[in-house]
Amino acid sequence: MIFLELFYVFSKIGIFNFGGGYAMLSLIQDEVVNKHHWMTINEFTDIVAISQSTPGPIGINCATYTGYTAVIHAGYPTWAAVLGAVLASLSVIWLPFILMVCVSKYLIKHRDSKTVTSVFATLRPVIVGLIAAAAIMLMSKENFGDPSESPFVFIVSITIFLLAFVGTRLYKVHPIIMILLCGLAGLLIY
Amino acid sequence: MSTYTQIFLTFAKIGSFTIGGGFAMVQMMEREVVDRKHWLDHEEFMDMLVVAQSTPGIFAIDMASHIGMKLKGTGGGIVGAIATALPSIVAILLIALFFQTFKENVYVEKVFMGVRPCVVALILAPCFGMAKKAKLNKFNWWIPVVAAVLISAFGVSPIWCILIAGIGGFLYGKLKQ
Repeated sequence: MIFLELFYVFSKIGIFNFGGGYAMLSLIQDEVVNKHHWMTINEFTDIVAISQSTPGPIGINCATYTGYTAVIHAGYPTWAAVLGAVLASLSVIWLPFILMVCVSKYLIKHRDSKTVTSVFATLRPVIVGLIAAAAIMLMSKENFGDPSESPFVFIVSITIFLLAFVGTRLYKVHPIIMILLCGLAGLLIY
Repeated sequence: MSTYTQIFLTFAKIGSFTIGGGFAMVQMMEREVVDRKHWLDHEEFMDMLVVAQSTPGIFAIDMASHIGMKLKGTGGGIVGAIATALPSIVAILLIALFFQTFKENVYVEKVFMGVRPCVVALILAPCFGMAKKAKLNKFNWWIPVVAAVLISAFGVSPIWCILIAGIGGFLYGKLKQ
């Protein structure tokens, strides 16, 4: 029964997903391509590309698309595939959500205790480092172009990066406006 | 507008404009929930980043669940989580149904060539504001630097950095008492 399997597999992926969307992709690949053969590796690569370039968390995007494709491949009609997509997406969310409810309740209640305060005082500097690391790791050829192969793309990318940084940091341009402007710039320049 | 409607609209908006993963939405979420709506203060927002990062599940959804819960209990949490996920589910379904050739479309690719460097800038920008709010000084400036180097250059999982720093903070607090 494909629906039960989707529910089980994506619940498992949700609860074992530490460390964000990219870490989740390898988990999904292992389950969906290697173990369950719901799709080929090529189809999986396409899904990753689509997930990265559409709005929303990558993990959810990937679950939605996988749910849809797996049900279609099992020979069901389109409406069943839509159900499978929604089911896979919700399966990823529900277990971490229950865990988060417990953690949140505890924190809202004990926020002012001495132990919680001193733990978070050390953790706040760490999160600054975590975010910096996420940005550094995204400064790649895939996102900025290769300076030796396509210097034009590279220079345009660096310019967009600097303008976006200054715009959002100094002039407080809203991130949504910034994304729309940069998308428009890409469309006009390339 | 009821609080539920506000939670729904705010997180649906954040979900709709998050391209490129969880950290890209940090800045937008901070603007919306801290600066505009005043649902949390800056410190609590940073604490939530830590919690969302160290619990399983999707980062953006964890954040939305907690903020929703803080405002309206478990019901608010559910509304926040669903609202964050909904735009992705709808967008992907539309693509799966109608636009099989979406990623091969030249115009889509052009737009994304502009958006990708912008996303990196959007992730980096809040770091500097947060450094101030995290009360970085001459004694603890090395903590974020070491964390960033371990993660980006040595491939150490962020979970380890959080665990070690959390234990360190716990022991330091006990010693001081």
